Parts: sequence; C-alpha cells; structure tokens
Amino acid sequence: MSFSGSLSGVTAEPNVQWPSNGLSEVPFRVYTDQAQYDLEQERIFKGPTWNYLCLAVEVAKPGDYVATTVGETAVIVVRDAAGAINAFVNRCAHRGNLLCLQRQGNVREFSCIYHGWTYDLLGQLTGVAFEHGVQRQGGMPAEFRKDEHALPRLRTEELGGLVFGTFDPATPDLQTYLGPDVTRGLLRVMNRPVHLLGRSTQVMPNNWKLYFENVKDTYHASILHLFLTTFRINRLSMPGGIYIDRNGGNHYSYAKLDYAAEDADYKAAKLRADSDVSLHDNSVVESVDEYGDSISVQILTIFPGMVLQQVRNTIAVRVVRPRGVDKTELDWIHLGFDTDDEAMTERRLRQGNLIGAAGYISMEDGCVGGFVQRALHYNDDGSGLVMMGGHEAESQPFRASEAAIRGFWKQYRTLMGA
Amino acid sequence: MDDLGIRLGVQELIGACTDCIDEDRLEEWPMLFTDPCKYLIISRANHAAGLRQGVMYAASRGMLLDRVMALRRANIYEPHHYRHIVGPIRVQRVEGSVAVVHSNFLAARIMHDGITDLFATGRYLDRIDMSGPQYRFSERIVVLDSEKIDTLLVIPL
Repeated sequence: MSFSGSLSGVTAEPNVQWPSNGLSEVPFRVYTDQAQYDLEQERIFKGPTWNYLCLAVEVAKPGDYVATTVGETAVIVVRDAAGAINAFVNRCAHRGNLLCLQRQGNVREFSCIYHGWTYDLLGQLTGVAFEHGVQRQGGMPAEFRKDEHALPRLRTEELGGLVFGTFDPATPDLQTYLGPDVTRGLLRVMNRPVHLLGRSTQVMPNNWKLYFENVKDTYHASILHLFLTTFRINRLSMPGGIYIDRNGGNHYSYAKLDYAAEDADYKAAKLRADSDVSLHDNSVVESVDEYGDSISVQILTIFPGMVLQQVRNTIAVRVVRPRGVDKTELDWIHLGFDTDDEAMTERRLRQGNLIGAAGYISMEDGCVGGFVQRALHYNDDGSGLVMMGGHEAESQPFRASEAAIRGFWKQYRTLMGA
Repeated sequence: MDDLGIRLGVQELIGACTDCIDEDRLEEWPMLFTDPCKYLIISRANHAAGLRQGVMYAASRGMLLDRVMALRRANIYEPHHYRHIVGPIRVQRVEGSVAVVHSNFLAARIMHDGITDLFATGRYLDRIDMSGPQYRFSERIVVLDSEKIDTLLVIPL
C-alpha cells in the first residue's frame, strides 16, 4: 500500500490556479484548500519570513521563557545566561513530546516530563536519563551522540522591544526584510520601553489570510466600521498614505488627525447636546498627540502574521495564528509605555473599547472573514478582485486603495512558487 | 438592613441585570449602575496577573449607554442573544452601604439560525451600592474563565 497518494490529502498537489494577469485577482480556493494550507506552513511560516515571537520584556532575565507558535509549529523562546534570546522547536528529540507545557516561566534547563531528557537554554541536549543503562544493562548504543540531537533552532532578532524568529537560514536580516519605510514605522511606535497592559484572543471562523488581508485593506474602514461616522466623530481632512516594502508583504498605512479641531468639536457638541447622534461620554475617543506628529492611526503589518497598531492612544501587537484552513486565532497584546502616568494608562484603557474582540471599530473584522468563508463553502471556483487603486503593489499617498493587499499576494506568490 | 434583606436585594439586582441583557431590554441595563461606575470584562489570566486591560470597559453610565447605542445603531454583527445562568450569589461582606458580592455564571450564545454554544463562563465580582432606594452596581467586574472569545463580543455579559 502506498502512502504517497491522495489518501490523506496532505501530499496532494495544491488545487489553486492563479490567474495570469497580475496581482489584482485572487482565486477563492486559496482560502479553502487543505493542501494549500499545508504548503503555506512549510513555505511561508517555516520559509524565509520573520515571525513575531514575544516581547523582549517577557524574557527579561536569563531562564525566562515563552512557549508560542510560528504558524502551527510549537516553539520555545528563552533568554540564556549570556543574555542572548534563543528560539527552538518545542519538541523533544527523543519521542517528540512537548517540552514546555506552560506558556511562560523561568527555568535553568528544559526537562522532558516523558523520559527526562534535558536541554540547556540554547536547545542543546545535555542529559539522557539512564544513558548508560541501569546496572550496565540497556542504555543507549555506543554510537549515540547527544550533540547530534540539539533542538532545531530559529534565528532571532529584536527590534523596538519586539522579538522575531525565522526558521530559514536564508532569510535576510530583519531590517532588510522590513525595508526602510516599515522599519521606520515600527520604531516610530515602539520608541520607548513598553509593558504589557493585558492580552486576549479572538477566535475567528475563517482562513488566516482573510484576516491579514483585512488589516491591509484601507478601503473598508469607513464602510464596514460605522462607529465613527454614526457618532459624527471628527474625521476632517485626514491626510494619510500607504507604504509598502519592495517585496510587498510588509506595509504600514497612516492617517493624520487635526487634534485641536476635534477637541473644539467635542466642546461644541456638548453645548448642542444632540445626544441622538453623539456619545454620552467622549472619553472613549479623547486622545492626545503622544508622538507629536498628528498621526492618529498607524496600522503596520509584517508578513506573514504580525500587526502593530497605533489607533489613537491604543498600542497593540496582534498576532495572526492559523489554526486550520478555516480557523484563525488572533492574539491581542495591549501595550503601555513605562513613561505613562495614571492618566495616560486610564486613557489607553478607555480607548481600549475601540479595539479587540469587543472593539467599536474592530469587532466587525472578527465576523466578516467568517462570512466570506461561509460564502466560499463548496462555492470556491473563480476569483475575487483587488484592483482598487490600480494593479500594482506600490506605496501610495492615499488610502482608497487595495495596494497593500496586492503586496501581500506578491510576496505570498513568490514564496509559494505560484 | 438585616442580612436576609440584603441578600434578597442583591439577588433582585443581579437577576434584573441578567434579564435585561438576555431579554433584549438593554436600554434598562445602564440604569442598574451608579454614575460614575466601573464595568469591566476581563480574562481570569489578566485579572490574576494584576493586568488592567479588559475587552470591554466603562467608567461612567454614559459609557454604558454608548455601548448600547453603538450596538443598536453602529456595530455590524449577526443577531444573537445570550441565556445567562447565574450560580450561587454570595454576599462576601458589607462595607458600610456597599455589599461585596460574588457569583458564577454561564452564558450560552444563541445565534439567529439557532446554533447554540457555550459562549462564556466566569465570575461576577460586584460592589453593590445600597444607599439609595434602589440597589445599583458601583462596580461589576466580569472575570472570564477563558481569554478566548469566539468571533466577537458586542452584547455585554
């Protein structure tokens, strides 16, 4: 009996046919095909990409570790005695057992609960229980060498307090990967020491790419998210634009806000007291220009699965975790800065109502991908269109555009060989 | 007020709150709180770690009213409702005119097409103001057992 056929579906060739006319058509099957999903794990998440691992402050001291995932693959991130941050797969070399069961902690070494094999903080195998047998009976064969069984490592880099990892030795260094614009955007937001305000996970009934595209989609914001328009929250003259890196997959979009005009508008609204269309309590949107550059929204993505957001005074990392062809977990990691006083923390917490699973201007993103996924169920022939703002994936000084989505598909197709 | 009177008053307020959420009389919900107040939905993990970020937060009755107005007029989601089962309601202690009350809850989510899931379980940590003619929440912290939320959270818990 052969196992190389299509019995499991895993080894079958992908069924996705790409249109030949550029980046502005996306075959629907790319969101539904199991073989495509399996190939993404190999070529994208284990391929030449940088994946968010954790905050540097989460592994501040030697022995501090975080157990996380890159794509579907379980990995451990740990700071060693020399101060370096190491990452390796969370899988014992012996029988493949998970080494780390807790999400976070501090250890001197990693010890497998199953048969007691131990690893140091660099992922080197240091101990094998009963390696030489019991009373000279049993034990490992003479040719067994512990140094041939280190845990497969990821290369790590840190930028702006965020730790990234890559499986592929060929991945360029992080700043080269991001390009100068996206690097600048990341460092603009992460310009001071941060701490965790809290985290939550939103479970979405859709393919991971539908969410990642949504974040890159600057076209939908004022159409799907009616909160700001319904309550007439000032959106006067918000100049903005999109930066997309050379390979397409990383981007940031931004918009500016006239903070002084907005403040005057609230005061006027209070006088009018037309509570029918205005908020009872404006503190959910009352923001300060903490970066001093009038940018009130900056959404930045790092291919394949990280988002860094500044929405007014909310700062958050979102991590897109594929969990099957039609399931995605979105981790929200809310941040504050160590320089924040109580008033600033309270401001961030109140504005926190704008984002997350219950966010006034983000909750719809949790369901719209599921609506697409449902519509594609056994109806996934043909292609969708992403041609707003042209057919290319270049930076643009406006936001009524799908350029950043096209950029995603540019890098995706390069890595998938499509 | 005697202990039994407090327990009955507290039970009535918690029952009224559950009713107006589950029976879609959400406009009545903010009136069950003092102004200012604190309403926070937060995961057990964040709460235990002393982290303050939740998924829904209000510090005034106005913010509660805005939650209701937004879900009626602005936010887009599939119609659904909850069915809460609130478990033992226990008055932990009385501090002057404030009762500190803990209870457990299960909330099922019933979608418009009938699909029913266990949406959330957790604990209500309440501070109930008994100084007025009507008991009101001065603080209600909804501690969710899980930090995972399916799809979205729009109706308060």
